[in-house]
Formats: sequence, structure tokens, C-alpha cells
Amino acid sequence: MLDAPTPAEILDVVAAMIRDDFIPKLPPDAVFHARVAANAIDLVRRQLEQGAALEAQSLERLQHLLGHSGPAKDLERELCDRIRSGSLGINTPGLIDHLMADTLAKMSIDQPSYASYRAEIASARN
Amino acid sequence: MGSVRGGGDHATDIGLQLASTAELGASDPKRVSPRLARALGRVLDGVTAVEGLRRLSAGATLETWAFDAIAPSQRWPLILRRAPGGVSAARTLSLADEASVVRALHESGAMVPEVVWTLQPEDDLGDGFVMIRIEGETIPRKILRDAAFETIRPRLVSQFAEVAWSLHRIDTSLLPPALPSAGVRETLAVMTERTRALPTPRPVFELAIRWLEEHAPAEPGRPCLVHGDYRHGNVIIDANGLRAVLDWEIAHLGDPIEDLAWLCAPPWRFGVLDKPAGGLGRREDLLAAYERASGAPVDPARFRYWEMMASLRWGVGCASMLEWFRSGRNRTVERAMIVRRASENEMDLMRLLAGRV
Repeated sequence: MLDAPTPAEILDVVAAMIRDDFIPKLPPDAVFHARVAANAIDLVRRQLEQGAALEAQSLERLQHLLGHSGPAKDLERELCDRIRSGSLGINTPGLIDHLMADTLAKMSIDQPSYASYRAEIASARN
Repeated sequence: MGSVRGGGDHATDIGLQLASTAELGASDPKRVSPRLARALGRVLDGVTAVEGLRRLSAGATLETWAFDAIAPSQRWPLILRRAPGGVSAARTLSLADEASVVRALHESGAMVPEVVWTLQPEDDLGDGFVMIRIEGETIPRKILRDAAFETIRPRLVSQFAEVAWSLHRIDTSLLPPALPSAGVRETLAVMTERTRALPTPRPVFELAIRWLEEHAPAEPGRPCLVHGDYRHGNVIIDANGLRAVLDWEIAHLGDPIEDLAWLCAPPWRFGVLDKPAGGLGRREDLLAAYERASGAPVDPARFRYWEMMASLRWGVGCASMLEWFRSGRNRTVERAMIVRRASENEMDLMRLLAGRV
């Protein structure tokens, strides 16, 4: 029912407008904040595009790891409790893989240019 | 060279839990200038006016201003560091205590600016202090990339080590009693408590806490002065190298290796990931220079411990700012984006936990 352009397409041009049209005309003390605003719009666009799929994949992994289903927030709390109590730990098969996958997913939304993230995905490809 | 404080550097007040009643309306230069001139007239001979007052950092609770104090035959380049409506701090120093620490450090010959005035209630400027402005650069990307620093850059790793040791070796009995103690166990206890007070469950932080519990080294033999935020952004550097260490608000007595590991945390490499020592060089060279200066070996396991702690501390710092944002205390785009930087620390913790680095 709702029309195109999609939210992601619209946000894309808003960020481009801030960077290409506004920033060159802004006083120096506003440039930093305008860059942050453009970065924030990019983050939101990425989350709109990929967030739901990434959360679904995470929930599936988490249910598998804990051996039962439930709402994501409850399972994440349970995971925290079990790490805290020591019933799950660094040597538990699948735990590091799950947390690494979650972290990479978060980074792909939050800050895909972060150097440690670039290094981690580059090493995963090799 | 550029300004003393980088306007774009927003990490100054991070890692703290500051509670402020700041009235930002009191930050108008027209109101600040005459009050500053009146206050400084009492300590700097013949000062009747201040000129060129400008805000350098736009922190939510802490402000940094640059200006000159003018007397008939002299002018002083100065910095004002203040919180407009006062800052009450949890587990950190008040601005007045920070000033007393910096004064004591200056007296013992440490590389810090000279404090000329600690704000008093009758100054009507909030809490804070005024110090001599030291010319140089703090903006990390300029120091790491600009041609002006090309010659000094190869010397900076050992300078960071030597300056750290010059601070760590200070006789702590000369320092104000306001400095809190936070060694290995205390720091972990605080980080654990703050992690569990966060509004969202964070399994990566929990796993890091388990690792830290299992790998905690002995408390340091002699508790040292620890800066707590020793990194680019908080040091002034010019063409000849390090000139001053700033921002002492989370200074404490503890394990000196904390400062070296903090300098190596990935966010403080500012994109130069393959040079762990502040984006400038190798860890090994930093530690070797520190060993040469101090005459004692650095235990690599202890360093590793504080590296893990560094990423946890910065991660908890980012994540806990969600409350600042949601409560309206600092409802800005910048703050929202800093909260979303919690995950970069989860990335760094996972790489440490998975044995990648």
C-alpha cells in the first residue's frame, strides 16, 4: 500500500545531501555535527534494510545454543546468567561462534568502517 | 599548529558517570568574559579583561574554553575547564579535586599545565579551573597523518612510554588525598556492577568479565598514580613531541600498566589498527621503552589483562550513555551515536577472547 521510494532510498539521498550540499557551506563548528548526522542516517538506513533479518538469524542461533525457544530479550538474559554462573563459557561449543556472529552483525549496522571489524571480516575470508 | 583542544574529540568525558545540573544558558561568552576577568584579576597582576574567549569542546557537562587574560604590560594564554552548573561525580574527581591533582603534579615537575585559578562560588562560573594554555595539537588524526608531525612521529612511541613512567614514578604521598584507589580487583568490581546496571543484556561483556575474573593478576606491589585516560586527544603534541598530559578527571591510584594498555586499545589507534601503540607503533616497542625508563620488566599477561579491561571499560562507558540520551540529559545525535559505539568494543573483546589478536 505504501509507495516508493522506500525509506532506505529516501535516507540515502538525505545523507548525500548533507554531505555534498550542506557540509561545504557550513561553518567549521557545524561540520563535525553534520557529519555525525549523516553517519546516523546511514546507520538507520542499514538497520531498516538488514536489521530484521540479522535479528532473526541471531534468535535462531541463540535458540539452538540454549536448546529452547523464547523471546530474544529473555534468551539474551538467560545467556548472560549462564555465562555469569559459569554453566556456559569460552570453551562451550558454539558460544564464541554465536557471539562473534552477533558482534559482526551489529558492526555491519553500527560502524562497518571500524578497523577491527574490517580486519575480522578480512581474516574470515582467508 | 592548531588549537589546544580538538573540537571534534568527544571522548573526553567518556567512562565517567557525571551527574550534572548544568544550565547551558550560562555558557554565553558575553556572560563568561567579565566574570573571568574579575576572578583572574585577583591572581594575575593587573588583569582587567579577557580577549578571544572561544569554546573548544562541546561536551555535555564539561566545557573547555580558550582565551587570553590581558594586563597593561602582559597577556596570558589560558584555558578554562568548567562545568556550568557543577558536576557531581561518581568514582571520579570533582573539578576542584582535579585542579588540586594537576597543581600537585605541576609542583613535582610532571608534564602538566600550570593551574592558575580554581573557580570559587563567588566567581559565578560554576565548577572548574583556569590553566596556562600550551600550544600544540591534540587532534589524533592530525598527529597520526599530518606532515607537520612526520619527523617526530617515529619518536612518539618511546615518548609516550617515558612520559607515562614520569607520571607513574611520582611519590603518591605528595598527591591530594582526593585521589581514589582502584587496582585490579576494584576496577573489575566496578565494571561488573556497571555492566549489570545496563538496560540491555550484554553477553560479550559478561564473557569478558568471566575472563577477567579468571586472569586477574596480583595487585601492583606499589600503587601508582594512574592517569586513566592516557591516549591521543588527552596529550598535547608539537613538532618536538609530547608537551603536556591533560584531563585528569579519572586519575586514581592503581596499576600503572593500565595506562599503557589503554593507549593500545583499538579505538585509540584512530584507524591505524596495525600500530597498537596509539596508532604509532608496536606494543613491544612501547613496553620495551617503558622497561628501559622504569628499569623493571612488564609482565605481558598483566598487559593483556588491562587490554581486555580497556575494551570492557570503554564499552560499558558507551553503553551506559543510553541513559543520558533517553533521560533527556544529553539528547543529541552525537550522544546517540556514541551509545552505538558500544559494539565496537564488543568487536575488540571478541577478537581478544577468540585469540585473534
